Amino acid sequence: MDTTKVATSNTTTAATAKKPNRVGAVAGWADDRLGLAALGKKQLRKVFPDHWSFMLGEIALWSFVVLLMTGVFLTLWFTPSMGEVTYNGSYDQLRGIEMSEAYASSLHISFDVRGGLLMRQMHHWAAMLFVASMMVHLLRVFFTGAFRKPRELNWVIGCLLLILGTLEGFTGYSLPDDLLSGTGVRAADGFIKASPVVGTYMSFLLFGGEFPGEAIIPRLFTVHVLLIPGLLLALIAAHMLLLVYHKHTQWPGPGRTEQNVVGYPMLPVYAAKAGGFFFIVFGITAMMGALLTINPVWKYGPYDPSKVTAGSQPDWYMGWPDGALRIMPGLETEIWGVTISWNVMLPILVLPIVMFLILLLLPFIDAWITGDKREHHLLERPRNAPTRTALMVALMTMYGLFWAAGGNDIIAITLNASINQITYFMRAAVIIGPIIAFVITRRWCISLQRKDNETLLHGYETGIIMRSAEGGYSERHLPLPESTAYTLTARDRDPVPNGLPSGGTDDNGIPAPGGGRLAGLRHRLRTLYYADNAQKPTPEELAEGHHHAEHEHELQAGVDGHAADGHQFDGHHLVEDEHLRGH
Amino acid sequence: MSDHEKDVPEDEPGHELSNVPDPAVTDDLYPNPGLPEHHWRPTDVDPKAERRAERQVATLFGLSAICTVLFVVSYFTFDVGEDWDTIGGFGASNLTLGLALAGALLFIGIGIIQLARKLMADQEIVEYRHPAGSSEADREMALTALNTGIEESGIGRRPLVRNSLLSAVGLVGVTALIPLWDLGPKPNQVGPDKKYDYPGAGIENTIWVEGMRVVRDVTGTPIRPGDLEIGDLINGEPEGIFNGGEDGEPLEGVVLQINKSKGAVVVVRMEPDEIIHGEGRENWAVDGIVCYSKICTHVGCPISLYERTTHHLLCPCHQSTFDLADSAKVVFGPAARALPQLPLGVDEEGYLIATAPFDEPVGPSYWERG
Repeated sequence: MDTTKVATSNTTTAATAKKPNRVGAVAGWADDRLGLAALGKKQLRKVFPDHWSFMLGEIALWSFVVLLMTGVFLTLWFTPSMGEVTYNGSYDQLRGIEMSEAYASSLHISFDVRGGLLMRQMHHWAAMLFVASMMVHLLRVFFTGAFRKPRELNWVIGCLLLILGTLEGFTGYSLPDDLLSGTGVRAADGFIKASPVVGTYMSFLLFGGEFPGEAIIPRLFTVHVLLIPGLLLALIAAHMLLLVYHKHTQWPGPGRTEQNVVGYPMLPVYAAKAGGFFFIVFGITAMMGALLTINPVWKYGPYDPSKVTAGSQPDWYMGWPDGALRIMPGLETEIWGVTISWNVMLPILVLPIVMFLILLLLPFIDAWITGDKREHHLLERPRNAPTRTALMVALMTMYGLFWAAGGNDIIAITLNASINQITYFMRAAVIIGPIIAFVITRRWCISLQRKDNETLLHGYETGIIMRSAEGGYSERHLPLPESTAYTLTARDRDPVPNGLPSGGTDDNGIPAPGGGRLAGLRHRLRTLYYADNAQKPTPEELAEGHHHAEHEHELQAGVDGHAADGHQFDGHHLVEDEHLRGH
Repeated sequence: MSDHEKDVPEDEPGHELSNVPDPAVTDDLYPNPGLPEHHWRPTDVDPKAERRAERQVATLFGLSAICTVLFVVSYFTFDVGEDWDTIGGFGASNLTLGLALAGALLFIGIGIIQLARKLMADQEIVEYRHPAGSSEADREMALTALNTGIEESGIGRRPLVRNSLLSAVGLVGVTALIPLWDLGPKPNQVGPDKKYDYPGAGIENTIWVEGMRVVRDVTGTPIRPGDLEIGDLINGEPEGIFNGGEDGEPLEGVVLQINKSKGAVVVVRMEPDEIIHGEGRENWAVDGIVCYSKICTHVGCPISLYERTTHHLLCPCHQSTFDLADSAKVVFGPAARALPQLPLGVDEEGYLIATAPFDEPVGPSYWERG
């Protein structure tokens, strides 16, 4: 590596054993005991490719670190107890009121501990950031095909992180025991009671008797500060180890192939960028904690099971099952002396589990349909997997509509519309919306594929309008730069569905190996999966396209070197001294 | 891991890269142009630019240090308790501590990233990938080791030992689950004359009994029918939570919360001829005053948004709507059952009382509800 010109403040040669420096001495001491040099010689200069979208998971990682740090701070003052006390702190409006110790200590943190409110707000904002960045990271991974072999298990770990992060958020915002969080716990009790057979027992065990009891806050506290964080830490460690082992995926481009990974070494560049980014995430969280009020628990008052605030809503990541709950028709069955609450069970207990299982299985479903068993390290552009992209957009649409339904009261107030009609609309929209989104996205992707092919075959539009001798007008196209053309074509052709075994037999009627009973379904799905996709040009098409372009170029050769040859846009000729409209 | 990555795959016999593109589906239309040429940055070639960048980075780190000092200063300057709503409602302490902390952190972050971008070597390097799986030889050796281990353990030959071990280990997990049974009293242990008894105990019961007064929820004062005008709604509670404790003391703590979560009611007055009485409920109203459980039959939120012209009561949690003029039947939303109705009467002193307890469990549905 050529470092001759790198800023002279950097040394140009690596530290050697001949002349041990202080770093070498410490490293030697450590290696004598830990033997880490074998790992270090490889991993210290590990290559990470650069792309803005690879930063999304990093936001999740660093916001988790912020959560751990601010969370430890909060536990120093928070009292996870439902014992009744009379509030006697600085907040006038609640002084003298009976409340739980949990709520009183939340108020104490907010009003009597310097920096306490800041830590509380940073903790809550970091939690939002944690869940949001995990979701966006998940979308990035899915849309680019980074979940494919060999990374399926890391996808599964990521999904577990997402659901655990969501539960961690719920247990966290239930702790202050204010009116809003208590209302959330009250609803959770209703959800649990709707479980068939065991619901009532689960509720009594969880709450230590009848709702609300006096056990739920200390129990949620243990789950929130010990159980789930422990699981999260272990899974994050596994997630990162697999990331290091698999090496990061990269976008295709000149010099970037399935066999290599191109980027900056971990030490120093990536460590500096990632480390610096931690401070930026932390700093932005601090700024949000300073400027943006979140969960002002003092406004709601202590939890009272006979009171409620209008517009009660969970944190946003819990909004979509809440939306499903809101638009579900009120179905309940009373049969053989028992009650089955479909109206609660289906949207809150069944739907999230089904959606989560679908999410978890997506890599395996995708691989089963495509039959692709190769390893993939180059990312795919979303447009080059139209069905996959459309599937996720459909799921996103469904999520978004459920989420919007969770705010149907807010929508009704804001738009001055009837909440009944919004609810009826949403019932249909959550089913029709995803279908529309699927079709539009798929066709959109295919159009983009065609546009890519068009550019490859006929060049890019220069914006130069040519007038022929006959008086006809045409726009001048120029061939893409070689590196761009290479990048655009560095993708696989889709397998030809016709060549695939159908109904368990191939064209010669020989049963496909291991096809099984599902072979027919798989064949149909695979045909649909690839149907209408535009393939990159064949060499013949490309040759013909180039020939055509050359011919056109000859006709237009007269302008080359002149102001209007179009090359001023691709940097092939300089324009400083040119007056484009000079003559 | 590191041992594995030390191996250069090409050197290993019979170790095929499984990520080599399948020639049937992939073809290179263009030759790989290779990595683009590296361009030196101004800071690499211009000593002036380099020194400027150094100064920039050092300034950023310096600003961070200043912010840390400001953090300490504002910690000791502002008292959070007294001025929490100063400075545009942000609270002086929260605002200054937060902004100083943000500055202290952000300047470090920006400084480090500036350092990485301007002064650290910026040449991309190439590393070769290896298949995630081990080589065939390694796999065979691992499999052999596994089989040898299993063989030597004798587990495969001794089904009695194997099966009894698996059953015992599977069963021992029960010891972790069983103690959870004592997390709380069971539904059938809570209630009158049962192991856990307190006023209103039991999921199917409330504290309401025949003759108990309906009182205002905050003050606990009883209500006369004349206190309500048509269209009024009063949030009521059973008088028992104010005098149901030992020696007529108010209920406290858990028992109070449990009873509020089950006993809360709404009392509304409407034109008597607007009421459609349920079957057998003809005498449950007093002069157009009716009383229903306040706890939503959906998931248990207390309901309180009343629209007097339509007599509709809306739950703010999930928008279930009940028609109080028609036995509180569900007219909209996800709830499946009407709100339980409390039969009202008037005692000799002229206050509203319940003439009977609720005739069904209040609150969200549960399996054994029937």
